[in-house]
Amino acid sequence: MTGAAEIVAVENLHKSFDDQPILRGIDLTIAAGDLVSIIGPSGCGKSTLLRCLNFIETPDSGRVAVAGVQIERAAGQPFDARLQAKAHALRAQCGMVFQSFNLFPHKTLRENVMLAPMVVKGMGRDEADALAVRLLDKVGLKPHIDRHPANMSGGQQQRGAIARALAMAPQVMLYDEPTSALDPELVDEVLQVMRDLDQDGMTQIVVTHEMRFARDASDYIVFMEGGHVVEISDEDEIFENPRDPRTRRFLKRFA
Amino acid sequence: MIRVLPLLFAVLLSALPAFGQEKLLRWGGDANSGAPYVFQDPDKPGHIIGVEVDIANAIAEAMGRQPRFVQNEWGSLVPGLEIGLYDAVINGLEITPERAAAVDFSVPYWITHAQFAIRRGDPPIDDLAAARGKTVGTLKASQAEMLLTRAGGITVRTYDQEINAYDDLRNGRIDAVLLDAPIGVYYAGPDRALQLVGRPVGRIEYGVAVKKGNAALLAEINQAIATIRQSGKLREILDRWNLWSPVMADVTGDKRPMTAQPTAFDAYVAATRPQGWEARLMRYVAFLPAIGKAAITTIEISLISMALAIALGAMLALARVYGGTLLDRLALLYIETVRGTPLLIQILFIYYGLPNIGVKLDPFLAGVLALGFNYAAYEAENYRAGLLAVPRQQYEAAVALNMTERQALRHVVIPQAIRLVLPPTTNDFISLLKDSSLVSVITMVELTQTYVQLSTTYYDYFGTGILIGLVYLLIGLPFVRLARWTEARLHRAYRRGG
Repeated sequence: MTGAAEIVAVENLHKSFDDQPILRGIDLTIAAGDLVSIIGPSGCGKSTLLRCLNFIETPDSGRVAVAGVQIERAAGQPFDARLQAKAHALRAQCGMVFQSFNLFPHKTLRENVMLAPMVVKGMGRDEADALAVRLLDKVGLKPHIDRHPANMSGGQQQRGAIARALAMAPQVMLYDEPTSALDPELVDEVLQVMRDLDQDGMTQIVVTHEMRFARDASDYIVFMEGGHVVEISDEDEIFENPRDPRTRRFLKRFA
Repeated sequence: MIRVLPLLFAVLLSALPAFGQEKLLRWGGDANSGAPYVFQDPDKPGHIIGVEVDIANAIAEAMGRQPRFVQNEWGSLVPGLEIGLYDAVINGLEITPERAAAVDFSVPYWITHAQFAIRRGDPPIDDLAAARGKTVGTLKASQAEMLLTRAGGITVRTYDQEINAYDDLRNGRIDAVLLDAPIGVYYAGPDRALQLVGRPVGRIEYGVAVKKGNAALLAEINQAIATIRQSGKLREILDRWNLWSPVMADVTGDKRPMTAQPTAFDAYVAATRPQGWEARLMRYVAFLPAIGKAAITTIEISLISMALAIALGAMLALARVYGGTLLDRLALLYIETVRGTPLLIQILFIYYGLPNIGVKLDPFLAGVLALGFNYAAYEAENYRAGLLAVPRQQYEAAVALNMTERQALRHVVIPQAIRLVLPPTTNDFISLLKDSSLVSVITMVELTQTYVQLSTTYYDYFGTGILIGLVYLLIGLPFVRLARWTEARLHRAYRRGG
């Protein structure tokens, strides 16, 4: 842990689907500039936790704070217009990248990046275009700028999705298994973009199955199981000397 | 509804007679009722003629009014009278106790009878008793039908069009046709394969119908009928149409021989006589202006009602998918109600039913609203399917980019749904184009109505049918092409290498 200012804080977060508890009281803080991997077995709640951070999924109760925007919901409290407005403000701080890329298929790569700044922030077309060119250049896609997603590889699409998220100038980037849908030879080009962002000081939270990336690139790793955070640990320590037996059992399969 | 009100108002205003103009006699009739009553001039398609056109003109003249013909479906002539589409009906309305309960009748302007027709050479049928054991065709809901049914022992076949009854007789499907003598004179008389036989059957009195309680107008009309009887004008008209009968001679006491040559009858027979292909072709060419006018009406109705259906359908679909419980329920209620009731009933209800609660629409507006409201229900379900077919992750990605629900729908979900619903929407438009023929029941003369008018006049369902069918195809084709082109354009983005 780097000791820099805390940028993400989660406190006693609960979430159920159809009375099936998925998150059972999560507490977590993340410092600005960190790259954090969340790992754990399927169904442990790691993706749900990530989706609760930007309120794509609405938590049942608990507190979430991202870059100074804080939402607190008591158990049973209706998710009313005031909370929805806060969720909207909180989303402005978060960029999100999905497993299945979710680029807009009816738009070119350039238009994908330009859309949200123009629609949400009212940015002018020229400014948005310049922004798209700069960001797509940054992720190495400038030659493909006017292609449609269907004509690009998965790796290119995911890099495009990262550029699209960055266009909204988020404080924190959230990745939901960003490389799981990719052919193995395309994984590295996406991870490289994330490493570059880490160099720039971007705070990044990654739900992943990429143990090698988690180990090599993360500042630390959060291990989850059964809706709880089981272990938070330095990346080498958790792989070489996991304290919790559940962590040990999970990591053994990747040995 | 609010937006329709100014339009409604304009329509109502235009329906009011302008001050300072000559007094009108607006009379209702159906140009599909065929020769010799009211029908399209075979020599001049699009021009309405007939013995009752002449009688109506004579009555109007005797009243000192300007006659104006208003087209309406025969079966709807009485309801049209009640909502004030016209002042009187002069179109083969037999004076019966049932009808007299709904309208006020003048004295009969014309009295005739029913007459049997058989295939030439078959044993003649002299009267109803001789028809026992035979199969006899007639028009639906006519007095002849009642007589045949009451006689007993006769198999009765009823038809919507007199031509079809005589066709079936000629083709050996039935043994005889019993119909009003004027119809027999025009449809069976000139036909060398058929023959009019027997004594007059029953007695048919045609009267002018006015709205119940309109005593002043009724008195005026009765006076006019008396005038044209005495002046010999009525006799002259009936002679020209070859329709003077012994019954009329008995009633009027006018036993003179023919006072005028049957010029109108001869012209009809000459114009509808079977011809060579060149003459036929020329006749079809002569149809074109009437068909063109009708095609424009069909196109106008179809395009405007489809635009309404798309707009309303999209709103209903959005209400169903994103509107929350209440809006979803309301939209569903609308869709189920409209889909679950026949379009024909909806059209008649809007046009003839709504005036009961003070909403009086002109036929075009009523037709467009009925078709638009009806198709909106189908479009709504199309669009709902289209919205649901766009992956949920697309919406999530848009929200994650901090778009509001409205922005996500507008910029991400709906554009993708449009591509999906384009083919079924095109399908529905073609379907609506054809369903637009139903507005003929509320006096609109569109393509199908024109087909019925032309084919009943010329006794030609075959050639006219092919012609009108081609026009429908020609109208639909550009839209099918446009939809394909748009689809291909939208699709290009999704294809590899495009």
